Amino acid sequence: MSVLAADPTYETFVLNMGPQHPATHGALRVKLVMDGEYIVEAEPVLGYIHRMHEKMGENRTYHQYLPNPSRLDYLSAMACTHGHVATVERAAGIAVPERAEYLRVITVELNRVSSHLLWLGAFVLDLGGFTPLLYAMDDREQILDLLERVTGSRLTYCYFRFGGLYNDVDDDFVDGARALVKRIRDKMPMYHNLITKNVILRQRLEGIGPISAEMCRKYGATGPVARGSGIPYDVRKHEPYSVYPEFDFDVPVYEQGDSMARYLVRMDEIEQSLRIVEQGLDKLPEGPVMAEKVPKIIKPPKGDYYCAVEAARGSFGIRLVSDGTNTPYRLKLRSPCFSNVSLFGEAARGLLLADAVALFGSLDLVIPDIDR
Amino acid sequence: MSGYFREVYDGCKSLLVGLGITFRYMIQPVVTLQYPRQAVKMAPRYRGHIDLIPDAEAESGNKCIACGMCQRNCPSGCITLKSEKPEGAKKKVLTGYRLDFTKCSLCGLCVESCPTNALDFSKEYNLAGLQAENFVFDLLKRCEERRR
Ligand code: SF4
Ligand code: SF4
Repeated sequence: MSVLAADPTYETFVLNMGPQHPATHGALRVKLVMDGEYIVEAEPVLGYIHRMHEKMGENRTYHQYLPNPSRLDYLSAMACTHGHVATVERAAGIAVPERAEYLRVITVELNRVSSHLLWLGAFVLDLGGFTPLLYAMDDREQILDLLERVTGSRLTYCYFRFGGLYNDVDDDFVDGARALVKRIRDKMPMYHNLITKNVILRQRLEGIGPISAEMCRKYGATGPVARGSGIPYDVRKHEPYSVYPEFDFDVPVYEQGDSMARYLVRMDEIEQSLRIVEQGLDKLPEGPVMAEKVPKIIKPPKGDYYCAVEAARGSFGIRLVSDGTNTPYRLKLRSPCFSNVSLFGEAARGLLLADAVALFGSLDLVIPDIDR
Repeated sequence: MSGYFREVYDGCKSLLVGLGITFRYMIQPVVTLQYPRQAVKMAPRYRGHIDLIPDAEAESGNKCIACGMCQRNCPSGCITLKSEKPEGAKKKVLTGYRLDFTKCSLCGLCVESCPTNALDFSKEYNLAGLQAENFVFDLLKRCEERRR
């Protein structure tokens, strides 16, 4: 507790934001100590939807855990499953055919665009603008339809398998993805005119909720939050996995560290992801999408393995400790949102309540990813 | 002072641009469907709950050999099989296939693990009910009904 809040002569009150609050987009409670409209202290209270995913990992076989990662960050489920299969593949030494790797990258990036579009709509909705949500949802719907055609589901994909993919894509997917890239690219100027240049949005975001690079390092924040504070960290560039080294894309970085910077990072990332999708479609090799010899029962050799991927919200990593049996000894999930929410308490100090909502939205938190 | 007017001018302009965009959207074709009066067409690969595929050639009406792979591989334990070995017969016969859809995560591991490809996904998505029992399906019965 800060000195101010502890002083009995100083009048503060406690306000609960959540666990059921439209701006938290899930069951997250933030305990706020308020001095009038200003936040003296903010403390996120986690655990309302804790589902023991790590424990489940320990008592299920490797295959049986496949549906779980997509329930963590359900908005970028592809990236989470990618992290899981990549870790197990690294542990068990399974090689993945090139076509499968390309398709993984394409679907993950499409998923990232859909995730950012949803964030865009919800974020602006938090700030009081309803209309952009509908437009963003319309575009996101096209991506979901496309992914549904190949994966069979709309959100919790479970599309990747150890050693490849659940099934191959057809020409319609390739054409559809190309049309989609064009569609969203054409829409981006509209979003910038409608949202980015809007004077109300600018005034609500610029200079609000500054997060320093120092703070990001302290709390382990990654993804657009860190990149909005001038840290050019992206797992795809720094610890390349899959076939990312073969793609030409930039990592958008903004120095300001305010909510606007994080907003702009994500907007630029949509464009970069579209670039990756486009290159992936151009380069997509022929061949199988599943490795030939994948054991039915996976028993990685004893050891400690870690693999991280860049999910839509930052670095998602899985640490796998294997004792040589058919279930992991330990499966630790490093979720980006957990680190990103940790800095909220410090960053929100001294902010107006309404500005804290803007800061909160700009962190792009997915609650099931925090609680796991 | 000039900064103030500049701000007012920029503000008005951004609002007008926004209004122009929403106006253009307003006169565009409607993108939503009037569910439930209009139905969404499901993609061929859409994963609904699992179903036994009717097989006209097989005596039992389906391809299941009651091996139990699906039951063993299901991460959530939604599948309960019943089978018996009739007197004199060589193979087991499936007598009951119960799917508890309340726990199913639609991962498709059962479908993939089936050695005889006896399972597929149904295209049903209009599932709503007030009781958990509404989501417990007898797949054998469903298969019989589909065969008829
Ligand atoms: S789809 Fe997955 S969870 Fe559902 S019954 Fe099959 S194996 Fe079990
Ligand atoms: S895996 Fe296939 S054949 Fe075996 S019990 Fe299940 S449905 Fe029947």
